[in-house]
Amino acid sequence: MARGIKDKVAILGMGCARFGERWDKGSSDLMVEAFDEALADAGIDVSQIDAAWLSVAFDAQNIGPSGIPLAMALRLPGVGVTKVENYCASGTDGFRGAVYAVASGAADIALVMGVEKLKDTGYGGLPVRTRGTSWDMMGVTSSAPGNFAQIASAYRAKYGIDPKDLKRAMGHVSVKSHDNGVKNPKAHLRKKIDLDTVLNAPMIADPLGLYDCCGVSDGAACAIVTTPEIARALGKKDLVTVKAIQLSTSNGWEAQSPGWDGTYFHTTRIAAKKAYVEAGVENPAKEISLTEVHDCFSITELVTMEDLFLSEDGQAWKDVLDGRFDADGEIPCQIDGGLKCFGHPIGASGLRMIYENYLQLLGRAGERQRKTPPKLALSHNLGGMPFQNVSAVAIIGLEDA
Amino acid sequence: MKNNFGILAYGAYVPRRRLQRTAIQETNNWYAPGLRGAAKGEKAICNWDEDVITMAVEAGRDCLQGIDRTSVDAVRLASTTFPNADRSNAGIIKEVLTLRDDIAVSDAGGSQRAASSTLAQALSNQKKSSLVIASERRLARAASPAEMAYGDAAAGVLIGRGDVIAKCIAQHSVSHDFVDHFRASGAKFDYEWEARWIRDEGYLKIVGDAISTTLSKNDIDPQAIDHVAIAISARGVAPRLAKAAGLSVDALVDNQISTIGQTGAAYPLMLLVAALERAEPGEKILLASFGQGADILIFEVTGLMKKMSPRLAVSGWLAQREVDTNYSRYLFHRKLLDVETGMRAEGDNKQPGSTLYRHRKSVMGLVGGRCAKTGTVQFPRSEISVNPNERAQSTQEEYPMAEIPVTITTFTSDRLTFSPDPPSYYGMVDFEGGGRLMANFTDISPDGVEVGQEMRMVFRVKAYDNQREFTQYFWKAAPAPKGDR
Repeated sequence: MARGIKDKVAILGMGCARFGERWDKGSSDLMVEAFDEALADAGIDVSQIDAAWLSVAFDAQNIGPSGIPLAMALRLPGVGVTKVENYCASGTDGFRGAVYAVASGAADIALVMGVEKLKDTGYGGLPVRTRGTSWDMMGVTSSAPGNFAQIASAYRAKYGIDPKDLKRAMGHVSVKSHDNGVKNPKAHLRKKIDLDTVLNAPMIADPLGLYDCCGVSDGAACAIVTTPEIARALGKKDLVTVKAIQLSTSNGWEAQSPGWDGTYFHTTRIAAKKAYVEAGVENPAKEISLTEVHDCFSITELVTMEDLFLSEDGQAWKDVLDGRFDADGEIPCQIDGGLKCFGHPIGASGLRMIYENYLQLLGRAGERQRKTPPKLALSHNLGGMPFQNVSAVAIIGLEDA
Repeated sequence: MKNNFGILAYGAYVPRRRLQRTAIQETNNWYAPGLRGAAKGEKAICNWDEDVITMAVEAGRDCLQGIDRTSVDAVRLASTTFPNADRSNAGIIKEVLTLRDDIAVSDAGGSQRAASSTLAQALSNQKKSSLVIASERRLARAASPAEMAYGDAAAGVLIGRGDVIAKCIAQHSVSHDFVDHFRASGAKFDYEWEARWIRDEGYLKIVGDAISTTLSKNDIDPQAIDHVAIAISARGVAPRLAKAAGLSVDALVDNQISTIGQTGAAYPLMLLVAALERAEPGEKILLASFGQGADILIFEVTGLMKKMSPRLAVSGWLAQREVDTNYSRYLFHRKLLDVETGMRAEGDNKQPGSTLYRHRKSVMGLVGGRCAKTGTVQFPRSEISVNPNERAQSTQEEYPMAEIPVTITTFTSDRLTFSPDPPSYYGMVDFEGGGRLMANFTDISPDGVEVGQEMRMVFRVKAYDNQREFTQYFWKAAPAPKGDR
């Protein structure tokens, strides 16, 4: 394996707009909101940024093509902006680009911005869109919940789980995230719910009910990264460094050959294994302090615990019910509310996860701060559908961790 | 005629949904109480994703059970409700059934006799083997007698040289511009004249004379006819015609009205196939059809009938029955009722012609690939094999997958995505022997499906491009037919 990027890049500053139905804000406004916070945190001037990445998934719905919308919104001083579209994993992939630029020495300071303006579609959920002329002839015009719901059908069949038990475990995932979202002033949904509400909600795509699904939000999040040396030279003391970023992209194996049984995310397992090696993590369940995972749907979060090797295969539903991933559990998951409650402005989500981990590591998470001081925090950002997707795992931590 | 030329095989298709006529009548009683008398039994109706093409495909598949598909020289498709006015409808069937490229295709329409006349023509050309299919899906106005009567179905026969199961021993046609009903090109509905006139001057005179003439000209004793298939459903007409011609009334083939409905241009072949299903070697079948004249064909069944591969045909598909009382869904599926479909239905379904032609084998024929080196099966084909253990390039041979059974690996029933028949069922299906596909499911009963359930691939409408009036087709997974073939 390559030598990796562990500790080669530090996060200089981060920002995140308030997520939600931002009827009065366009994508430019949201980017500025996130950038102002990050720039102040970094303590630099915009002229010091050498290169930038822009992550957005549904560009046809909001900002349009190219990197120009970021350059224009922030009036960047003529630097190169790379546009990243990689389904819902766009945010982490953009982060990867900026981090790699710094690690390579090509840039001293790099910016990554993720943004999505989804509340201009006229309807809830993700916009219906083409996947290209060839795919459109043979692919299913599915919905995101319909794609991910299928994991549950295969998972309960493989492990012989009563559908009601699995539904209860899925319900706990959402109840937990709502509990956490209440404490997050930037979260889209800040309301406690109980298990009965989840279980009795209207069915969206069997077995996913309304509360098994995250909503879609407007929002933006960004990071400014540099080398640890430059960060220290700029006066930063407690550094959060990047330990690993790994991306795995489906090559058609799950979709076209019979090896995959539909109960897990093949790419997440590949990305997680590589990320643990890159970060030097040998026992993730013991070493990872907290996680932000791609909980687009309750079942996704549940099986992701297995794909990240935090639960044994077929056991995550029990670990969930045992509270192992609650805010006060062994390894908190979505301590900020997750996609479920913080919200899911697609291109921004991977960066929002890193933003929360960054705050938690620095002890800046306010009311929702994890009491046991975290050292290593993992974020998992997934795009596409279970049988064909892009999975990204990023691990950041305190410099000496 | 030479003895080894004639009908080699038969097949049929009847949509699963059987709309109860009482459900129609209950809604429309305020307006048309006179239809109460017709509110008996049920009629077969297409799902939203079925049309003349998809039903014809099913009848063709049924007909070609156990037959080498490369032996077919022509596809002759008959209907008065073709989806395409200027795109070969039979040509689509050829592509979907993965028949040879060097075959003849033709569409026959214009009359309720379209299929029987095409059959007569195919029987007159002993140089070619012809797959003759009739398929019909007519529209009727709400609260009309036609709405009560019309059913959707398709039937087919393979004509050619070889193991003939029934040979044609007589045929006769007459033509009269007798306008009992008509439908102008592009019009949605039929316009029908008075039933009593049609009965007295049309059925009884035109068809009656044609039957008698055929029997006498060919020296066939009317009492020697074992199965009388008269494609006229008007009450009491078929028995009167039989009596008048000296045929046995007991030999009349059930008119399918209480189970399927009047199936238009497909009706004569539907009755013929039903008769063939029951006929014993040596028995004779008389087929009579009406439509600006009449076609009369008489067949004699051979001993090879017993050797034909099993198939569903009319009786088998009749048994795949889903009782349907949802009249408003039926109206919506026929585009006779504007239902709010929401913004998710607004997507543009434009089909680039060049893309479709390039991928026609995958899209229309469900032809995948099999690696000549490793045997790995996949859909669709690709230059580099999907097999992670063997990076083989340019090794994939064409591998037709439509007839391979599949089982469900994952699934959902989705109420968010737009479907004219919600919830939308879809999931991953695995083909026996390799290959898999994320596929739409169709014809799912209210009981739903389960992981591991066997399904069968069916050719259906994928989407309508309403802006340009183009229909996209692809393959879906449907519950495997119950019972033995």
